[in-house]
Amino acid sequence: MSYEALKSKLDQISDKLTGIDVKSDKRIFLNCDADNALAVNKFIFEDIGARFCIETGIDCDDRFEIIYHYSYDQTGCIINVKASIFDRDDPRIDSLTPVVSAAEWIEREIHDILGINFNGHPRMERLILADDWPEGVYPMRKDSVKQ
Amino acid sequence: MKKTIGKPVLAVGPFHPLQEEIEFFQLTIDGEIVTDIDVRISYNHRGIEKISETLQYDQVPFLVSRICGICSASHPLAYVQAVEEMADITPPDRAMYIRTIINELERIHSHLLWVGLGGHFIGYDTVFMWAWKYREPVLELLEEITGNRNNYGNVKVGGCREDIKDEIIPRMLKELETVERKTDMLTNAILDDPVLHARLKGVGILTREDAIKCAVTGPTARGSGVDIDVRRDDPYAAYSDLDWKVIVQPEGDVFAKAVVRLLETFEAIKIIRQALNKLPGGPIAVEVKDIPAGEAVGHVEAPRGETFHYVRGDGGNTPVRHKVRAPSYVNVPSFAASCIGQSISDVTLTLASVDPCYSCTERIAVIDSDNKIVCDYNMLVKLSREKTQRIKEESGLEGITLKEE
Amino acid sequence: MSWNIWALKKSPWVFHVNTGACNNCDIEIVNCLTPKFDVERFGIKLVGSPRHADALLVTGAVTAQARPRLEEVYRQTPKPCVVFAIGACACDRGIFHNSYHVVGPVDKIIKAIDPDAIIAYVPGCPPKPEAIISGVVKALAVL
Ligand code: SF4
Repeated sequence: MSYEALKSKLDQISDKLTGIDVKSDKRIFLNCDADNALAVNKFIFEDIGARFCIETGIDCDDRFEIIYHYSYDQTGCIINVKASIFDRDDPRIDSLTPVVSAAEWIEREIHDILGINFNGHPRMERLILADDWPEGVYPMRKDSVKQ
Repeated sequence: MKKTIGKPVLAVGPFHPLQEEIEFFQLTIDGEIVTDIDVRISYNHRGIEKISETLQYDQVPFLVSRICGICSASHPLAYVQAVEEMADITPPDRAMYIRTIINELERIHSHLLWVGLGGHFIGYDTVFMWAWKYREPVLELLEEITGNRNNYGNVKVGGCREDIKDEIIPRMLKELETVERKTDMLTNAILDDPVLHARLKGVGILTREDAIKCAVTGPTARGSGVDIDVRRDDPYAAYSDLDWKVIVQPEGDVFAKAVVRLLETFEAIKIIRQALNKLPGGPIAVEVKDIPAGEAVGHVEAPRGETFHYVRGDGGNTPVRHKVRAPSYVNVPSFAASCIGQSISDVTLTLASVDPCYSCTERIAVIDSDNKIVCDYNMLVKLSREKTQRIKEESGLEGITLKEE
Repeated sequence: MSWNIWALKKSPWVFHVNTGACNNCDIEIVNCLTPKFDVERFGIKLVGSPRHADALLVTGAVTAQARPRLEEVYRQTPKPCVVFAIGACACDRGIFHNSYHVVGPVDKIIKAIDPDAIIAYVPGCPPKPEAIISGVVKALAVL
């Protein structure tokens, strides 16, 4: 699939997106709401067949962002899906793990460091922080006090 | 960790020689067969992503080269590529070639290290000692170019820090020839050995479907027939100017992964040789003024797979978010797919075949509770070696022979 | 010199503990054993259990999760023993000094459970194998 074909394929889900930012042939950024994130990711993983790279969780002061990175290796294109979560008190988003099993660890990690809950994650246990790390302290949040 | 009432459990770790990160594996077994595997990481979590937010753009490469000692050229390169993409900087050609050379030297020493440790696990300590011996000249070359045997710190935003001086190019070519000859000897010894065929083939199979589902990268994926390589798919540095090929093996077992790594070593030598002969003149870095706000990704094919970095900046002089994904992070969970159904004597080998960054060479099992049999690492290696011995005896073969010309 | 210190200095057996190192220090330790440096000539041997060890080679800045394990390993090692802090991380946390998950350095953790512990430092990031060998030799000389 060439870059154009990829681009036209993305049009099929344009109603679920809130913005497309094409930085170059090889870097595409898609924006969507947290509610649509699962559908968009499913489309990219299953219909386009891109390889899941990783998720990034970011605390942007007024909201949380989860960025899903995919690599479409046939053309070397990296597709980034950016989902925004506006509820800071109880941040949640649908888990990708049932669709992409490779997302299990990273979602547990984001839960550890940012306190975002993933609905439907099969095993939301601590992964990256120590056993005696206090509950409810999220080191990657902007307001977390430096020790 | 998962609760496993009533079933025998093997604890592997937390100090385990196979892991870069100290990890804790819990194997549930039924007789000799592994039925479940569970991993606990965190022992090595140093909060690098958070520290990175306190460092300036130019300081971060020194931090990220210390994520993993063996991938200490790939991580900074991935980061630097992301920042360069963000600020729209194109480094000079000479810098691109130097980056290629350093990265391929790293691949050689990493793969030789893997061959050595692989040999150690099945009881071929000669292979271990020899592979590590031939790795030394590569480290010396790296020291001569960058000033350090590991943690080179040679890339910076906009180019490289240290140049490859013309005087050392002939010496590099000569050393490469030696390394090539020795690797050839090791490869032949390994590929021709019937005991190794019997011991490694069909062990720890990761099928192509599982490989895609687990999103594994690098030799782990290529050993399972998934044809991906960032160097070719999204060329960076000078790879698109050079002639080399991607090694893919369809079988998915430990043997296939060994073959991929050994053949890749030759490709790496080929790449370095071409790059040294073609090395363009000119400066090795461009001046960088400021880094604008924005976000970008950079990825690099490290010896173990794809290293992925995401950087976001707000126009200041530190990144506001820097995400790092090391290749082992996706490769390690694939153990679940490849270990279940194996016998415990194959487990160390299967774990090793993913090359999850070796670090310590021994382990302890301090965890002990009611229904856990604490089996230490030495016992697992012993089991693995006994199996090799058994195969040798049953087949009446002598096993590997190494001859120095 | 008491007899057990005297015995300790002859062919020390070492146990290697990674407490959150980047791997380089660990590889350089293994490098000491391989043909180029080959410290087994001097009777220095890497052993598989702290209970057999005379010295601990500790690398890494000690993460919160590794701390109890380091303490446990130190308790299991027969005394007297020497703790070698190998690398900038182990000596003083190095580049990771301001991390939220790092509780080291090594000497602080060990001194907290045994104030009389003998600790030797080998700085470098990573220390070259020559430096590690020289550090071990120097430390044994002053014991
Ligand atoms: S001292 Fe340097 S080389 Fe050693 S573990 Fe720390 S960062 Fe790695």
